[in-house]
Amino acid sequence: MRRRQDLFRWVVVTLTLVFFGLPLFSMLEFTTRDSAGHRTAATWSALADFGVISTRYPDLRAGFLASVGLAVLTVVVMLVLLVPTMTWVRLRLPGLGRTVEFICLLPLTVPAIVLVVGLTPVYAWVTYFLGGNAIWLSFAYVVLVLPYAYRSLDAGLRAIDVRTLSEAARSLGASWTTVMLKVILPNLRTAVLSASFLAVALTLGEFTIASLFSRTNLQVAMYLIGKSDAQISIAVGLASLVFAFVILFAMSFVGGARSATSPLARLRRNRKELT
Amino acid sequence: MRPSGALLGVVPFFAYVTVFLLIPALVVVIGAFVSGGRPTLGNIRALGEPAVTSALWHSVVLSVVTAVVGAVLGAILAYAVSTARPNGVLKRFVTSLCGVLAQFGGVILAFAFLATFSAQGFLTRLLGVGGGGLWLYEWDKGLMLVYLYFQVPLMLIVFLPAVEGLRPQWREATETLGGSTALYWRKVAGPILLPSFIGALLLLFTNAFSAYATAAALVSQGAPLLPLQIGGTFTSEVVLGQEGVGKAMALAMVVVVAIVMTAYAVLDRRASKWLVR
Repeated sequence: MRRRQDLFRWVVVTLTLVFFGLPLFSMLEFTTRDSAGHRTAATWSALADFGVISTRYPDLRAGFLASVGLAVLTVVVMLVLLVPTMTWVRLRLPGLGRTVEFICLLPLTVPAIVLVVGLTPVYAWVTYFLGGNAIWLSFAYVVLVLPYAYRSLDAGLRAIDVRTLSEAARSLGASWTTVMLKVILPNLRTAVLSASFLAVALTLGEFTIASLFSRTNLQVAMYLIGKSDAQISIAVGLASLVFAFVILFAMSFVGGARSATSPLARLRRNRKELT
Repeated sequence: MRPSGALLGVVPFFAYVTVFLLIPALVVVIGAFVSGGRPTLGNIRALGEPAVTSALWHSVVLSVVTAVVGAVLGAILAYAVSTARPNGVLKRFVTSLCGVLAQFGGVILAFAFLATFSAQGFLTRLLGVGGGGLWLYEWDKGLMLVYLYFQVPLMLIVFLPAVEGLRPQWREATETLGGSTALYWRKVAGPILLPSFIGALLLLFTNAFSAYATAAALVSQGAPLLPLQIGGTFTSEVVLGQEGVGKAMALAMVVVVAIVMTAYAVLDRRASKWLVR
């Protein structure tokens, strides 16, 4: 019984790894090939040198920087918007809880491509007031991460006694700002971290909205460069995949025995749980 | 503090979602019925045009096929992984890999496929099959294969908790009562996993149905899928009135996704009964 299961597992896992590994290996093979068919590390050494990237592929540099900025701004806006609101609703307006939850989960039924259609007039105004910088895409990305962020923050708030904590702080003379920053936020550390991680992951992988609004982020830059220099864009793609994998794999150990799944796995599971 | 004062605290949140979520939703819903400032059913009628109906049909077929194949393969993989040691390296490795592929798919997957199967691709050269590679860009061949690369990982991630919820005691009980492995799967594990399986299947369907990036990066000629059609309505030099049609198509997508997600919600409630540990 046990032996048969082991055999079954190894056969399935090996086949899967071949299935998933083949394209990844092909990417590596493709990027280490010169025009005569010999092995060369030229693409990768170009990629490792930020100076070369900046001069030869300005799009890639712009896209990379834009994506980093987008990730930061998305996380900040998401936290500033959700943490105080969700805490406040819990404390003072419990009747609104269902409404807030419904609104936060709504984006799950709206594909990104549909959001683009609806956001077109809104972004005409954003561009009018704030200019056409790619970083303002964060406003749309916050909407995309809303369901996942809501789920993890909700779980975090559920685990602490918000009311007692804030009443204790208030009766000791703390202002609402102090309550937020020094009492609630530190207690939500884990939830805030996982919500932020999801936001970063989603932002770095986003293509649809940026591409259709003609803003350059990392994914769009890869796509654009792919048209002229396939090798460098495939190398960037492979590098970011490996980078993301290493982070997830490392974090699955940090997460401890509580859960063997990665934060991204939890993201999908959250999605599953949310109904 | 009076209640009106308490309400002030949620104003920023509601203002934000009004601007960036509710207004876009209204733009799509109302825009689908308006053309040139006047109410019309023309946009909805335009959904009947052959280009749109075939795109919708392709999208649905692609989503159904990749959801079913992805769900079956992903479920087998999930079961195989669940028999490994609970906190072992193998499980962490596979779930991390699947997390990356399910999430970061998009453009990178398209590139991976070009590197593998295009005329200059690794496999094409290895097998010496010259010239080919055009099948890669067709929605019912290449795209289906590419989509599996994010459908199977998503299935693993969604379905693994359900498989891990199967308790060994149930199997032992079956064996004690003289049941075979086949009987266990047919009468015990199968019925318990079925709601989760179908729920995950529906999730995979909406996932493929709303995916845009991979298809956009691979397909450069024409727009065989509904998301590509929608994208086309505002990247091309807009033929007047096309905007309205784009909104009507967007509305159609939301309707399909909403129906499937509702079914999913109902099933998920049933499935979660067995997942409490």
